[in-house]
Amino acid sequence: MSTIVRLQREAFDAATETAKMTRGRTDIGAVVTFTGLCRADEHGEPIAALTLEYYAGMAEAEIARHVEEAVSRWPLLGVTVVHRHGRILPGEPIVLVATASSHREAAFAAAMFLMDYLKTRAPFWKQVETVEGTSWVEARTADDAAAQRWSEPPRRRQTAK
Amino acid sequence: MKLLYFAWVRERLGKAEERIDPPAGVATVGELMAWLARRDEQYAFAFENAKVIRAAIDHRHVRPDAAIKDASEIAFFPPMTGG
Repeated sequence: MSTIVRLQREAFDAATETAKMTRGRTDIGAVVTFTGLCRADEHGEPIAALTLEYYAGMAEAEIARHVEEAVSRWPLLGVTVVHRHGRILPGEPIVLVATASSHREAAFAAAMFLMDYLKTRAPFWKQVETVEGTSWVEARTADDAAAQRWSEPPRRRQTAK
Repeated sequence: MKLLYFAWVRERLGKAEERIDPPAGVATVGELMAWLARRDEQYAFAFENAKVIRAAIDHRHVRPDAAIKDASEIAFFPPMTGG
């Protein structure tokens, strides 16, 4: 089981990150990757950039706690989380979650679980930059609802046959 | 103890962190927010809608009824919008 959690200013390459996770291994049968990108609009209005502020120290700790929980819930063989901060331009990647398992079910579920929690619990805040100035992105209740569905008692670990 | 502020809470206060020594009667995160809001107009503005502000003690999310007695770092921030 290998886990990588990285917070960085620079862009990342999803293919490079997943290649690192699977290199030299023959037990991994499924890799799921999610990449969140910066759109050029917010509520239909064009934006110039996003700036992500974060709580250094807590962000790393909070993500690590959720990775730990994902590992206890599903039979994972690898987890990589990369989250950027600072100024991000439309089209650029913001966040990567990659999960590896011997079968797809665990990889899909764990990736979704981690993204849902990153959205609502990881201490990051997006500020939108438009021609008119800057404003803070408001949290969406749909994101809270998405995270909520994972708070039922953990299912038993199982491997698909 | 050290207080940290993020996003629009930080902007409204005009500072990212400070050290404070709240009076003995201030025992919980919620009471701390109420005490801060009474300091001056800027704090009142930052904490005017305390219900939406989230808090963390020593890098862990906490509810308003959490005790601050053993905290070394308390952070206040809006709901998170990462990912």
